[in-house]
Amino acid sequence: MIYELSYLILLLPLLSFLVLGLAGMKMQHKTAGLIGTCSLSLVTLLSYWTAFAYFTADRVNGIYQTIVPYNFTWLPLGNLHFDMGILLDPISVMMLVVISTVSLMVHIYSFGYMHGEKGFQRYYAFLSLFTMSMLGLVLATNIFQMYMFWELVGVSSYLLIGFYYPLKPAIAASKKAFIVTRFADMFFLVGILTFGYFTDSFSFSFAGDIVMGQGTTPFIEGNIAKAVAAGGFIIPTALVLMFIGGAGKSAMFPLHIWLPDAMEGPTPVSALIHAATMVVAGVFQIARMFPLWIEYAPQAMSIVVWVGVITAFYAAAVACAQSDIKRVLAFSTISQIAFMMVALGVSLPGHHGAVLDNHAQLGYMAGMFHLFTHAMFKACLFLGAGCIIHAVHSNEMALMGGLRKYMPITHITFLISCLAIAGIPFFSGFSSKDEIITACMEYSPVVGWIMTGIAAMTAFYMFRLYYGIFWGTENKEAHAHHTPHEAPLTMTLPLIVLCVITVGVGVYTTIAGFAGWGGSFGSFVSAAGTDYTIHFNTQIAATSTVIAILSICLATYIYKGESQPIADRLYKTFPKLHRAAYKRFYQDEIWQYVTHRIIFRCVSTPIAWFDRHVVDGTFNFLAWGANEGGESLRSWQSGDVRKYAVWFLTGTVALTLILLCI
Amino acid sequence: MNYSQFLNMIPEATLMLALVLVFFADFALYKSERKTFVLGVLTGALLLCQLVPCFLAEPATAFGGMYVSSPIVNVMKTILTLGTFIVVVMSQKWMASNTKLSGEFYMLVLSTLLGMYMMMSAGHFLLFFLGLEMASVPMACLVAFDRYKKKSAEAAAKYILTATFSSGVMLYGISFLYGAVGTLYFDDMAASIELTPLTIMGMVFFFSGLGFKISLVPFHFWTADTYEGAPTPITGYLSVVSKGAATLTLAIILMHVFGRLVEYWEPLLWIVIMLTITVGNLFAIRQTELKRFMAFSSISQAGYIMLAVIGNSAQSLTALTFYVLVYVAANMAVFTVISAVEESNGGRTDMAAYNGLYATNPKLSLLMTLALFSLAGIPPFAGMFSKFFVFMAAVGGHESAPFWPYFVVFIALINTVVSLYYYLLIVKAMYITKTEEPLPTFKNGAAINWSLAICTIGILLFGVCSCIYEWIDKAAVAL
Repeated sequence: MIYELSYLILLLPLLSFLVLGLAGMKMQHKTAGLIGTCSLSLVTLLSYWTAFAYFTADRVNGIYQTIVPYNFTWLPLGNLHFDMGILLDPISVMMLVVISTVSLMVHIYSFGYMHGEKGFQRYYAFLSLFTMSMLGLVLATNIFQMYMFWELVGVSSYLLIGFYYPLKPAIAASKKAFIVTRFADMFFLVGILTFGYFTDSFSFSFAGDIVMGQGTTPFIEGNIAKAVAAGGFIIPTALVLMFIGGAGKSAMFPLHIWLPDAMEGPTPVSALIHAATMVVAGVFQIARMFPLWIEYAPQAMSIVVWVGVITAFYAAAVACAQSDIKRVLAFSTISQIAFMMVALGVSLPGHHGAVLDNHAQLGYMAGMFHLFTHAMFKACLFLGAGCIIHAVHSNEMALMGGLRKYMPITHITFLISCLAIAGIPFFSGFSSKDEIITACMEYSPVVGWIMTGIAAMTAFYMFRLYYGIFWGTENKEAHAHHTPHEAPLTMTLPLIVLCVITVGVGVYTTIAGFAGWGGSFGSFVSAAGTDYTIHFNTQIAATSTVIAILSICLATYIYKGESQPIADRLYKTFPKLHRAAYKRFYQDEIWQYVTHRIIFRCVSTPIAWFDRHVVDGTFNFLAWGANEGGESLRSWQSGDVRKYAVWFLTGTVALTLILLCI
Repeated sequence: MNYSQFLNMIPEATLMLALVLVFFADFALYKSERKTFVLGVLTGALLLCQLVPCFLAEPATAFGGMYVSSPIVNVMKTILTLGTFIVVVMSQKWMASNTKLSGEFYMLVLSTLLGMYMMMSAGHFLLFFLGLEMASVPMACLVAFDRYKKKSAEAAAKYILTATFSSGVMLYGISFLYGAVGTLYFDDMAASIELTPLTIMGMVFFFSGLGFKISLVPFHFWTADTYEGAPTPITGYLSVVSKGAATLTLAIILMHVFGRLVEYWEPLLWIVIMLTITVGNLFAIRQTELKRFMAFSSISQAGYIMLAVIGNSAQSLTALTFYVLVYVAANMAVFTVISAVEESNGGRTDMAAYNGLYATNPKLSLLMTLALFSLAGIPPFAGMFSKFFVFMAAVGGHESAPFWPYFVVFIALINTVVSLYYYLLIVKAMYITKTEEPLPTFKNGAAINWSLAICTIGILLFGVCSCIYEWIDKAAVAL
């Protein structure tokens, strides 16, 4: 069998985590880094091989099959059982490629970026742990396994955000990230348990069965039918609860507050975890449960759409006013993930028999496509930001400006990625974003136009960032004693690779989309597993391109020059608006107020009192009783064998009498 | 006579062979200085060979139903053999410094094990009784093995006296049963036992005999004195292997032979289990002598093991066997550490001897902590899974959700919290309590390290690897 080595994809990073975690401190930095990188290179090769084998395998009736090379029962619990295994289907294979590629790039990049840092080995150990968990998450055969890896991903994110643990902000940020996502995960768990309780199954096998119209196994269908019979709202409720968990991980409004702070972690970590892979786990979760969403909870999907729209707009607005380059990228990530959410949400049901119609296919495919392209160019942007921070030792845009002369490679790759995210034709972001907007337009023109507007904002703030870093006034004062310089090859190489992917994918899909060729992204990943040919809607493509170019021109007009009179005037005209946007519309303060003033004071304090007095009192009483009991029973244990015999016989007779009496 | 039935007794036969081989090897090596080591390796190797025939899966009988071999019993035999193997390994250090009679030691250990095999595979009360005695009498010799210590002799005396007494009570009970039913074959008795006061009385008297072995309350009084006085490896042996054999036998006899009296033995178990777990815990809290402490801990653990039987289903046997397996790993690790510490500080086993152990022997302390966590049932160590399965088994197997099993499980859960407290006392002594003169850093020696390695692997993996539980489950269902 071709896939029999697939277990190594999970095992290798785990081994490298164990080796680096247990013996890392005794190793040289270089050895530790090499162990991590080599194991990940192997994983990447295996992933590519698996993907190649999977996508070239024969399809049945033109549909990709769901393949489960390994699955075993880990914990049986009556009807339910927790399984562990590996599931290959188009989205999990696509995620394999994305995760291993970005992770490998980050491993290589970190050689340069983390050079000489204290705890270098620990860093690579955590990277391995994260990669293993993330791969386990996408390969899960059932929702419980997904949840376990989901939490592991959360833990490794926590560890990596707090990597610089001597620094206070890093600790605060890591705690915030962990608590907020854990809070959301609580809903996820409740959703899983609700689902498992009513269907007697955690398995994902429905995904391959119901929608894709293959031979439905009666077992699974019976399970779902059982839940539906118990009440039509059960599955939607479970799905929405799971979505809350996904919204926490994917930083959807209003649970997004942890992501900007998570930028305290090392920049390559931000690229890997907080841009390309972990934060899209929520999107992946929706895609995984997609058959259930469109079959049983089509109305509830509007929740996904509107949460996505609000988040996309909010994050784009905030991104326009940030001055920390990593924060800009963080908000841009939030906004882009929201695009993917919207894309999944607008896939309305409309399948005729076994075959989904174009409509449902489009949104799903576009969401996944954007996930793919975004992972590549956003990782490139973050890694580029890392090079810049490496060069000027600061995150603040004020200390940059005019860097294009010093860092040509970073400059070019950053520009290409900006063009991609802005949605310019022949760059990858264009194809995916355009499909999303087309899907939105079909869903409702209102959503479509709002999304077009947000796409314009995206182009604007990205070029504001670009000009702020590479053009504008050079901060000679800051550069006086330390001239910025281009990063070493270990850091620029990943940039170039990611850029090549962005351009390559962009050029091919743009041409294929206009010409109506197959072999584009839709041929690999689509809701029904069939070959879906992407056709651009010329009207929408033209509109969004024009709007994107206009926004870029606007940004160029305002921010390119040495001095920026228009920007200054804008600040002066709308100081409150700017301040509100800079402060992220006071979201953190609102949360702070709700938790500290309302929840802590009105709920936690009484509970704490109850805990201290009633609960502790009970247990202190028990402990006191146990102690006293132990003391008074001591005389039994006298050491006198005759007394033992008497007790023995008394006990036996007493037990006999008790039994005879009942 | 059909000799092929001996083939169903391969475990016993190989053990016999091992016994004889060790006996002769002991003579042959009379003057050699490396005798202990060679004998130990020999015994260990033979014990490991034992594991192979234990995988016999088919239920079979020999000697007209006197001897019954069933898969779950074979699994338990494998587990007990593993436990015995660990005892043999860990006793090397003790033996090197305390005794020259290694040949006798191994022979006695092997013969108690043989007795337990017989007891577990019995299909007749007579063979059962013979097995029980065969396990008890050499055990008393083992307890008395530290010949120059008064405590050891005292412990053995108390053990053999109580054992004799309990055997008397048990034989009395068996004679009641014979009087009432007219047969001593398990199968026949199961088929024709009637519910009369006489059979109930016989059952309780019989129960008390095995209750002594398992040290259930109120048959437990010998435990603390004997555990304290016995050589440490033997204490480990008593607390794990001997207990494991007796619990499975009791479970099988209750569920199989007294199947018709289930309404009577279930309340009996409820009372005894609640008493056992609670009293064991109450006594353990106040102990400062570590071996006495482990004695009471093992009493309460025995209550948990028997808790599974309340469910009266195949799952009960699985949970019980799994619990014993996990218990073997955790308890043996604790006793190995106790033995190692004892050997390097002149025989002290009080808790104060462990103060500040982490500072000087961090690895040993860490392994001890893992073992104690497993005993207390903290995830992700094996002990948490075994407790979980036992609780599941106890409340499962009933048609509706009756009150008493849940109540007993509830009491057991509360006691888990109490047990966590006293297990953590040791952890606190090792890690937190400051002391002027902690035990100096010492080398464990290969034997102790091996024993600890096996136990630690068990603690870490037995719970997480679900295949082990499923393997036991298959055997239990096949019974």
